[in-house]
Amino acid sequence: MSKRIDVKKTYKLFIGGAFPRTESGRTYEVKNARGEFIANPCLASRKDLKDAVVAARAAHSGWSNATAYNRGQILYRIAEMLEGRRDQFVSEIIELAGVAPKKAQDEVDASIDLLVWYAGWTDKISALDGATNPVAGPYYNFTIPESLGVVGFIAPKKSALLGFVAGIAPIIASGNTVIALASESAPLPAMSLAEVIATSDVPAGVVNILTGKSAELAPWFASHMDIDGLDISGLDAKLVTEIKKSGAQNLKRIHSFKDISSPARILAFMESKTVWHPIGV
Amino acid sequence: MTFEYAPAPESRASVTIKPKYGYYIGGKFVAGEKHFPTINPATEEVLSSISLGGKKDVDAAVKAAKKALDLHWSKLSGRERGKYLFRIARILQERAREFAVLESLDNGKPIRESRDVDVPLAAAHFFYHAGWADKLEFAGVGTKAKPHGVVGQIIPWNFPLLMLAWKVAPALATGNTVVLKPAETTPLTALLFAEVCEQAGLPAGVVNIVTGDGSTGALIVNHPGINKIAFTGSTEVGKIIAESVAGTSKSVTLELGGKAANLVFEDAAIDESVEGIVNGIFFNQGHVCCAGSRLIIQESISDEFIKKLQKRMEKIRVGDPLDKNTDLGAINSRAQLEKIKELSLAGDAEGAERWSPQCSLPDKGFWFAPTIFTGVTQSHRIAREEIFGPVLSVLTFRTPQEGIDKANNTPFGLSAGVWSEKGSKTLWAAQKLKAGVIWTNTFNKFDPTSPFGGYKESGWGREGGRHGLTAYLKGVTHE
Repeated sequence: MSKRIDVKKTYKLFIGGAFPRTESGRTYEVKNARGEFIANPCLASRKDLKDAVVAARAAHSGWSNATAYNRGQILYRIAEMLEGRRDQFVSEIIELAGVAPKKAQDEVDASIDLLVWYAGWTDKISALDGATNPVAGPYYNFTIPESLGVVGFIAPKKSALLGFVAGIAPIIASGNTVIALASESAPLPAMSLAEVIATSDVPAGVVNILTGKSAELAPWFASHMDIDGLDISGLDAKLVTEIKKSGAQNLKRIHSFKDISSPARILAFMESKTVWHPIGV
Repeated sequence: MTFEYAPAPESRASVTIKPKYGYYIGGKFVAGEKHFPTINPATEEVLSSISLGGKKDVDAAVKAAKKALDLHWSKLSGRERGKYLFRIARILQERAREFAVLESLDNGKPIRESRDVDVPLAAAHFFYHAGWADKLEFAGVGTKAKPHGVVGQIIPWNFPLLMLAWKVAPALATGNTVVLKPAETTPLTALLFAEVCEQAGLPAGVVNIVTGDGSTGALIVNHPGINKIAFTGSTEVGKIIAESVAGTSKSVTLELGGKAANLVFEDAAIDESVEGIVNGIFFNQGHVCCAGSRLIIQESISDEFIKKLQKRMEKIRVGDPLDKNTDLGAINSRAQLEKIKELSLAGDAEGAERWSPQCSLPDKGFWFAPTIFTGVTQSHRIAREEIFGPVLSVLTFRTPQEGIDKANNTPFGLSAGVWSEKGSKTLWAAQKLKAGVIWTNTFNKFDPTSPFGGYKESGWGREGGRHGLTAYLKGVTHE
């Protein structure tokens, strides 16, 4: 009997809840730690990014108006689905990064736990950052944090799963929608996570994932006038000044982070809204 | 029979204006080299000659601020810092009349507003932030938060003293020292504020004031000794600042332009709403970044509402800013008047219908009658661009969602107003509107405890309240 031939996966993009190929028809080669071919993921184009922004914008109203409880349960559901496919992610990380099994297991476990942590923040962030303000007059005045809108995320090159989860979870926890650019050298865990997200009741368009070259796509993220915020934690330090200059065109909120678990990551992509209401009979 | 108001001018006697001013650097008034005039926009009378800050002057101010930071200000306890702010608040209250008159002279705003809004709110801002100085560990930003150091602050001409207070009070409370540039056309109250710092015994160099124009502001923004920039002004300049500091370690807050919607539903209390719309756009000649410059009104009540609005606008008294009965004062500068005229002509040309009440405007000075445009569509320039003058654009809507969509159809997001007698509807609209400040059944209310600032292209960060305070502390921003 001959040896069974594996059925290999075609890695595509994740836009608006579907898995399209890049419109550009381009791919690039990803190798494992031993330098062997693994896959030809999509080399996403500016047009793919534009499509993702349209999907993310369309999804924002529904997602930001979902209750915090609902959003929390959906983030928790992503953790549940990831736990169920733990072994797949462990072997992908071992294959790609060439790390010891224990290290890969730790990264997957930490990613699951981080999703649970951010799931719990959805209905608490307002208590942390909101306020009622004792103005000198007969007004009921309060301040609440609200989601910013559409946020881009340039994922870190290393810790392809944990670094990725640390970007998207806080962005969507508050009601934003996200377009994430996966690690250029290790995009496969992020694309497998798309399969997890697609089966976790996350509405279509809330999370969109592209694979490709950061140096090519980051400037288009920065100059897109319908992207409101940008997490550049994974951006090459050489590109930061250029990206921030370009983002000034629509006064994009551009931030990068060191901590993976911090409410600052949620609040960076929120806006404070203050409402005045007269008091009287 | 009509009744005329007799003139009721406030006396100028409380104010002494020097013929020439220098800078306030390192606790001393130092002479400048080049000068430019500051005028009373209501009469075009030259009030004084103001120094035009150059590189040498900005360098000296930054150096003085750094020295004060290292030698004195950073060594003081929060409790002692706070006492200086309390002193400043009290002196502003004591000298309130002087500040109000000087502000109206230099800016052109009605004395009723400078007296009842600008100056009392400026004092309140110092009083509020004074109390924070020794409580920063309770500001929700951890115990390790530190001041940025030397803060460069650039303020606009529409609320000269009040914007100074919004900037200087939180900066000092958190332990920063300041280099402040007042606006080119309204430097006098900032220069008088230097005297307040003297009277309060504030250590030399904690507050430095360098007058000048946009080039002086650019020198401050780009100065390597400045650790944080706080700017209030146009979105255009805000974007230039954001670009200039890209890639540096400077922290930035920006309070920029607006094109606020005042959304009136058919179940609004009509007379109250008319008052609110008038206050929203004609307060301070419409020179307000959060002015309600777009009236978005439900079609079913539009005709009746516009009639009442016009009737009310006929009662607006335009004229001498120092007259206590004046509602609408002078436009701040010739350049601003030209901009208002240009955009209004674009309104005519694009097919909107212009209406102003009969009113006689003074011959000298810069004046623009209160104006509304009806039949405005969303593509008109007067619906999209900030006019920053007493000009209201009226649009209509049929369904509540259409009203929200029109209100949000702008790159700005500073403020919005909602008028309806139905509580759940006002809260629904407040939730849907993309703006940093929402006034429901009121407009243009400000308070030091209440965070102010914009979504989208209206800026970065907040001023006022705990949110505004934390912008002056390092370790709590997300860089």
